[in-house]
Amino acid sequence: MMAALICVISIVAFLQFFVSYCRSILATSRKVQLSDRVREVAGIANQNVAAEDFQRLLQLVRLCPERGDDRTEIRAVGTYYGFLHVIGRAFRSVIPSLAAWSERERQSCSYFAAVALDRRISYSRDLLTQQAGDRV
Amino acid sequence: MQLGPLDYGLWLTSFLLEVYVVVWSVLRKDFLRYIPLNIYMLAVAGVTWGQYHFIHTYGLKSQNYFYYYYYSDSLLCILMYLVIIHFYQEVFAEMNVSRYIRGAAALLLAATALFSYIVVRQNKEHMTTSFVVELEQNINFVVVVLTYLLWGAILKLRETRTRLIQLVLALGVAFSATAGSYALRNLFPDATDLLRWVPPVMGVWLPLAWAYTLTKVPEDARLATARLVARAR
Repeated sequence: MMAALICVISIVAFLQFFVSYCRSILATSRKVQLSDRVREVAGIANQNVAAEDFQRLLQLVRLCPERGDDRTEIRAVGTYYGFLHVIGRAFRSVIPSLAAWSERERQSCSYFAAVALDRRISYSRDLLTQQAGDRV
Repeated sequence: MQLGPLDYGLWLTSFLLEVYVVVWSVLRKDFLRYIPLNIYMLAVAGVTWGQYHFIHTYGLKSQNYFYYYYYSDSLLCILMYLVIIHFYQEVFAEMNVSRYIRGAAALLLAATALFSYIVVRQNKEHMTTSFVVELEQNINFVVVVLTYLLWGAILKLRETRTRLIQLVLALGVAFSATAGSYALRNLFPDATDLLRWVPPVMGVWLPLAWAYTLTKVPEDARLATARLVARAR
């Protein structure tokens, strides 16, 4: 009885802590405006980034040279996105509001990926400029 | 049962991350500022090293390793209480209630020990073995409850320090997963093979998340807590 109670409370607490932790990482990217350059590269028309774009954006991120300081964040958000994807699919017909919430969260994840891409593109350009400068 | 490369990999990773957190604090002259957290990380690193020693000396299935694992982990949980009290003091710093926080934490610890004793007293025939497992489950759960209450206070008081928020949330993730896995082990003893991975994975998660926060999140970074609460509209 006690173990069952502890189990249920722990799982609920785990979900809340995990979602809040991932949101705290996503929150830092919300303040960042996407540059025209990344919009052009990723084919993003307006300020909102579609939830389904996450994997595509992540592939683009992987094509860029690594900055070395964003790998942990990207991995954590990738895990969160996968979790939201499962939640969205599992509860679409049962709890539509939960599925809608998961969709909004996945949009935030995509926006985060777009910001990460933007940073990596800037980093690549800096590297190129630096190399060109070294040659001269 | 033999330990595989994944066991050793998780072990080594957690040990290195724990040492990294302490070394980083020392180099940044933040050791005293985060002293309970650093003492905890040092103790975990020491216990991790001890586990390796016990397994190689006595074997994974030995009674020596079993008691070392559970008793050292229970002691680590008590050290974790100190870390949580430190976080409480940070959150309530402006309200001058440190004395009450320490008193409440000591009372809670005593209540946990008493509760575990009462539970075990009803199962006298398996005294020591059941005591350590029961104590482990209960102490982990008390850490979850304390962290959850702390999280509630952070939301209520609109705490904005990103570092503090992330340190507390990472702690909540680690201990709720661990407490849940111990409870599931008690409920489904046959599922131990799968659940045995939860504590070592969380053993990597906590120092990793703390290392990330201390390294990447600036001291003056601020965050609106209202953004962190999930609400299905």
